[in-house]
Amino acid sequence: MRPEAKAGSNSPDPLFVMTADADMVVMRPDDLLQPTPRGLYCPPADVYIDPVRPVARALITHGHSDHARAGHDHVLATPATLRIMAIRYGAGFAGMIQAAAWGVPVAINGVTFTFHPAGHILGSAQIAVSHRGLTIVVSGDYKRASDPTAEPFEVVPCDVFITEATFGLPVFRHPVAAGEMDKLIASVRLFPERTHLVGAYSLGKAQRVIALTRAAGHDAPIYLHGAVEKLTRLYEAEGFDLGDVRLAKEADKKALGGAIVICPPGAMKDLWARRFPDPVTAFASGWMRIRARARQGGVELPLIVSDHCDWDELQQTIRDTGAGEIWVTHGQEDALVHWCDTQGLKARPLRLVGYGDEGEGEPVAAEATA
Amino acid sequence: MNRFAALLDRLAYEPRRNAKLALIGDYFRMTPDPERGWALAAMTGALTFRNAKAGLVRGLIAERTDPVLFGLAYDYVGDLSETVALMWPAPEGPARNEPPPALSEVVTTLTTTSKADLPKQVAAWLDHLDETGRWALLKLITGGLRIGVSARLAKTAVAGLGLRDADEIELVWPGLKPPYIDLFAWVEGRGERPEALDPAPFRPPMLAHGIEDADFDRLDPADFAAEWKWDGIRVQAAAGTLPDGRRVARLYSRTGEDISPAFPDLVAALTFDGAIDGELLVLREGRVQSFNVLQQRLNRKQVTGPLLAEFPAHIRAYDLLFAGAEDLRDRPFADRRASLEGLIADMASPRIDISPLVPFATWEGLAAARRDPGAAAAGDDAEAIEGLMIKRRDAPYLPGRPKGPWWKWKRDPMVVDCVLMYAQRGHGKRSSFYSDFTFGVWRAASAGDELVPVGKAYFGFTDEELAQLDRFVRNHTTNRFGPVREVTHTAREGLVLEIAFEGLQRSTRHKSGIAMRFPRIARIRWDKPPGEADRIEALEARLKG
Repeated sequence: MRPEAKAGSNSPDPLFVMTADADMVVMRPDDLLQPTPRGLYCPPADVYIDPVRPVARALITHGHSDHARAGHDHVLATPATLRIMAIRYGAGFAGMIQAAAWGVPVAINGVTFTFHPAGHILGSAQIAVSHRGLTIVVSGDYKRASDPTAEPFEVVPCDVFITEATFGLPVFRHPVAAGEMDKLIASVRLFPERTHLVGAYSLGKAQRVIALTRAAGHDAPIYLHGAVEKLTRLYEAEGFDLGDVRLAKEADKKALGGAIVICPPGAMKDLWARRFPDPVTAFASGWMRIRARARQGGVELPLIVSDHCDWDELQQTIRDTGAGEIWVTHGQEDALVHWCDTQGLKARPLRLVGYGDEGEGEPVAAEATA
Repeated sequence: MNRFAALLDRLAYEPRRNAKLALIGDYFRMTPDPERGWALAAMTGALTFRNAKAGLVRGLIAERTDPVLFGLAYDYVGDLSETVALMWPAPEGPARNEPPPALSEVVTTLTTTSKADLPKQVAAWLDHLDETGRWALLKLITGGLRIGVSARLAKTAVAGLGLRDADEIELVWPGLKPPYIDLFAWVEGRGERPEALDPAPFRPPMLAHGIEDADFDRLDPADFAAEWKWDGIRVQAAAGTLPDGRRVARLYSRTGEDISPAFPDLVAALTFDGAIDGELLVLREGRVQSFNVLQQRLNRKQVTGPLLAEFPAHIRAYDLLFAGAEDLRDRPFADRRASLEGLIADMASPRIDISPLVPFATWEGLAAARRDPGAAAAGDDAEAIEGLMIKRRDAPYLPGRPKGPWWKWKRDPMVVDCVLMYAQRGHGKRSSFYSDFTFGVWRAASAGDELVPVGKAYFGFTDEELAQLDRFVRNHTTNRFGPVREVTHTAREGLVLEIAFEGLQRSTRHKSGIAMRFPRIARIRWDKPPGEADRIEALEARLKG
């Protein structure tokens, strides 16, 4: 359902506008969701989506720490996201928790919220917000490429689509991830005595890299940094078979030559990484498409594996949703807004502060130097 | 082309010098003539294509992509070749089966194809190559590979083929031409040493280390001579005569770039045979002008009569590498200095003089001269002095930066506390980091105090500090103008930067009326409220004249 006719441009902007076909009053998008310093706020429901500060009622799209924070009174999220938050922040991370099942609407103060898979990481959701004939989809972080460790993205038709733009520039075209894993395995064969230290975000990317490596036929034990191990065990508990994975710090030094070791990006330049003599440093990220980015971090083996859409997939998704209005947030808003303009789509940047500190958000210090 | 592209790709990700040398060496061993010679030419910057320039590449991409999107992408990536290689749209129609063009074919075609036909040819290659191939081809066309390989490193790799020294390559280099068949034959022991035909070749210069306080304890002042360190441009003036009697005279930059065309007035004054090491300066009525004045002479495309008259170029000589065909570089500094004094006196040229020695007996005495060059016989030229050079009297002239024989002792920089106002993303290694910072100081305005920009700095900080600055900019953005972000800068909120600089000039091009020389971030004052940063009066007080 979408507003057929807006009030004439000369008339003052009314709070509600009438649709042509019914006497139903349709909301203005800005009254249903608005950016605030605490995060995206829904006034009629009095809830925040992915708030960056503690609030009374929070809906969480996925478990990356810049979206899922501790200290809210009430949290609504998918079961997997709730379990991820419990592992990271402890069982008491919120006053009350409520699990959202895929595709089942949850009504809060008359506003309907429905969680749909976003394909970004395990449990990651888009949240469709519907009220008085208007549907806005908050897609959080999402991707279209296949990922054995995440529920596949689902297209949700809507009036307004809120999209991230992490890789919202036409230089970002992600290759098929399997091919990048072949590069890693070829390098392991070429340097069988050197440890291959792969930087990957500890939630989502690390498990995807392990699964892809297994799919490429690599059966040897894979060694993990402690932060990665904790979350990988959660994936195993959720039923994912990731093969023989072990803690790196418990491994015999000799076993680590020629082995694949996965650690968070921040650990690559850490004391922790010095236990590996002469390692090949690899980094699995969409940012590796840009040479300067790999060089800044001293990465020898860039692996272009991303949990976000590339430029073509962003465009495809915007078209697929059928939305007439696009709000663009964290990342390269300007280019995507411009592209929407050229396609006749109403679009504007949504300046939200505080995202992009984990996962592949716009690289800040810790990641770019990792 | 594929093998060359793969080499550049590997080099671009390899930070270690020895590993780079190994990669280039392997490539030279595995690649036949003339392919490897063209690659060497590309790495040493010896290739330029009259009709194929960056403008051609921009034209091709402009026809194929949205200009706004290209602009945003280029700003983000920070490298034209890479942006175009990544954005190039996939060609329609079936893939081609024939192998991609060889490097030699590309070079020959780029040299011989007419300007009108070249865009079509380059586009066809770009359609045919993969992303890495496109990137390498575009690097070749736009010149300056910028993959962390200097000409010197490439020559060192050539030398390694035959256990020779890079300096031996440098000596024969000026007489060589791409694709260097004779050079490879010689280092691989299959041919004669190429004749060094050029009577005025570039010789790699000797460079100095910065001296630290602790160094003085270990050094005996009696072993050293001191000269002023001039705030100009280091040059090498080489001149000689060909067998047929023709004169050759050239002016080289410190990196060996031939800058003669920009200085016809000076080249005409190179009437000697040999090679002089010295500083390029602008002198008016015998007085050395500031670097700002010199800069107005530099980077001009057209060298006109009025320009030559207004900015007369001079050389202040401080070393003599060759006297005629005689190589003086093995001789002690004191001997070379004596020969130089004789040569300069004989020439009696108004364009070339000698950099005087600064007499001293103790390090304390030299420190006094450094503090006040005007009182230490530098006189009117004191403003153009950026410190002292300290040279061992018995040291030979050694190319490179040997530790011990030459030291530089710069004057203490001036510092001022400024407030960060704008930040812009960097390029190259720092692309996507906010690394270019515009800062200002307070001045009185009708509505109270306001900040006026006084300069821009993009270095002086560590990688860690860069990351902190980058984070500060992102979290305190108040406005965006394309690649530039305006950050909070009120009396109560904002970031104070301690800026060090070498000098100040009046400038009509700057809103503040002041231009800083060589500004850099000395310290980040996280502790200091912006309201306590310096005022414009503090800078104006330091302006002289």
